Amino acid sequence: MTVSTDLDSRFREAAIALELVDLGFDVLETPVGPLFVAASPKGLAAISYEARPEEHLEHLARIAGPRVLRAPKSVDAVRRELDEYFAGRRRAFDLSLDLRGMPEFTLSVLRELADVPYGETTTYGALAGKVGRPRAARAVGTVMNRNRIPIVLPCHRVVGADGSLVGYGGGLDRKQKLLELEGWL
Amino acid sequence: MRFSTKMTRVTEIPPFESFYEEHRRSVLRLLRRRLGTERADDAFQETFLRALQAYPRLQHGEHLHAWILTIARNVSVDTLRRLQPTADPVETGVEDERPAYEELAPLTDGLPPTERAAVVLRFGYDLPYDRIAHALGSSPAAARQAASTGVRRLRQRRNPR
Repeated sequence: MTVSTDLDSRFREAAIALELVDLGFDVLETPVGPLFVAASPKGLAAISYEARPEEHLEHLARIAGPRVLRAPKSVDAVRRELDEYFAGRRRAFDLSLDLRGMPEFTLSVLRELADVPYGETTTYGALAGKVGRPRAARAVGTVMNRNRIPIVLPCHRVVGADGSLVGYGGGLDRKQKLLELEGWL
Repeated sequence: MRFSTKMTRVTEIPPFESFYEEHRRSVLRLLRRRLGTERADDAFQETFLRALQAYPRLQHGEHLHAWILTIARNVSVDTLRRLQPTADPVETGVEDERPAYEELAPLTDGLPPTERAAVVLRFGYDLPYDRIAHALGSSPAAARQAASTGVRRLRQRRNPR
């Protein structure tokens, strides 16, 4: 028995409207490929270049609660701001972020990262210095690599001390594309 | 040497999306059988909204199929009751704990005995037609016919022209 698309989307919309969802997600088509995007009532909780939802659901359910549901409406604000960003019409995001479940060091690094302006870059060592751990450049690299909200938390703006791109969770070609979009490359 | 890293624990509650994907077809099947295609759509939404509401209170992820079908049955009973103008509207809550065949019995009052039995056995007990046929001493085709005639008669009674 097939559940029609109409019936299915009516249920998903009602679930969001009645605020019965802990975390809503969708997959967005963008110039850097499909993105898995998830948001809770507290804010944007995840963006991933791994677009298969099943790779994320259990992990996110442990953070936000078990009522995880695909619901395009729940990520409307994220979709709008990402569209504007990729169109070159947005240089900073106004989204609130859901950073539950992250360790204190990660949070302090991400707070500094969030302040790196559009079109500029910093280095792993500089970020480590900003959080008072000048020798923790490697640990900062790990935080960048595991960044749960790339693009919005701009880990693509962190490069090596010699200006090389070094690495990126989504692959170097995507990092390059984002930095080109922002006019740094 | 053996390293055990997995804790023994009760089945975890799956993310709602996986639960919904797994059970939505059988829920719709049950609701269509009980309510017809048209009314099943609203009942489908209501069933999964009720499930969403109760989901955080689940203690474990076992018997979820039985759980969602019970909700669907309760929703269909509520739907049928709303459609029955003589039904007493104040009874709620505890009433839902009653098995479906008890709910259905008063609604089918006044149907010819064979049709009534076929309707109750089919929609109240969820019996397949071959077993209903056995109970009625008829063929499965005749049992199906009796159930559908009975349902049609109930519909006519509800919406007299």
